[in-house]
Amino acid sequence: MEQVPIVKIGQTLFVSIQVDLQDESVLRLQEDLADELAATGARGVIIDITAVEIVDSFIGRMLTMIGSISRLFDAETVIVGMRPAVAITLTELGLSLSGVRTALNAEKGLEILNGRS
Amino acid sequence: MDELPIQSGDDVVRVRQLVRVIAAKNGLSLVEQTKLVTAASELARNTLVHGGGGVARVEVVTSPNGRTGVKLHFTDEGPGIPDIDLALTDGWTSGTGLGLGLSGSRRLVDEFELDSKPGAGTTVVVVKWSR
Repeated sequence: MEQVPIVKIGQTLFVSIQVDLQDESVLRLQEDLADELAATGARGVIIDITAVEIVDSFIGRMLTMIGSISRLFDAETVIVGMRPAVAITLTELGLSLSGVRTALNAEKGLEILNGRS
Repeated sequence: MDELPIQSGDDVVRVRQLVRVIAAKNGLSLVEQTKLVTAASELARNTLVHGGGGVARVEVVTSPNGRTGVKLHFTDEGPGIPDIDLALTDGWTSGTGLGLGLSGSRRLVDEFELDSKPGAGTTVVVVKWSR
């Protein structure tokens, strides 16, 4: 099982998903992020999915849950870098990722988080 | 025709990767590939989680009017689906998911066939045609 690294820069946790995720890896990321939020008191999470070729209903649900979990730690999650084909497919699948913010890229995601604090 | 076992989460990833390669090689656009691979991911997970594991088969097919398509078969010998209409309803779930796996993957492909009987396993066959 691949582990997705989490990097803290300032008040933000950065996650860049670079591997083809299997379900256990996504669950692991969710737990690692919750631990990291509790340990660091970070105020924001940026998840970069530029390299992610598909988001199915399981991964989509996990991203939404990461948003909800972050909120319990007073942090906001922004998903950045979604590919156009992924956005089209997610919508047709019936997933809206409600409850998480999205932005075009990491820079714009950071602007959203900085505008908040 | 390629055949892959589905016995673990890693196998689900391998099915996705194989479907991606074959769809790309046979002229499906990036959006079509993404839809088919996403459907494959949903169906392979169903085979693993609900069917207790099984087999995925991938083949290239040609329509009567000459279009190329990719056909996927997912077969398990699990408990089967008692009410197929219900299982294909958006939002209906047998577990903790969103209930979009089966109904959503049907929307992502051009042809969708589900055969299941309680106690006799489940087979899902889908086709995505190149435009």
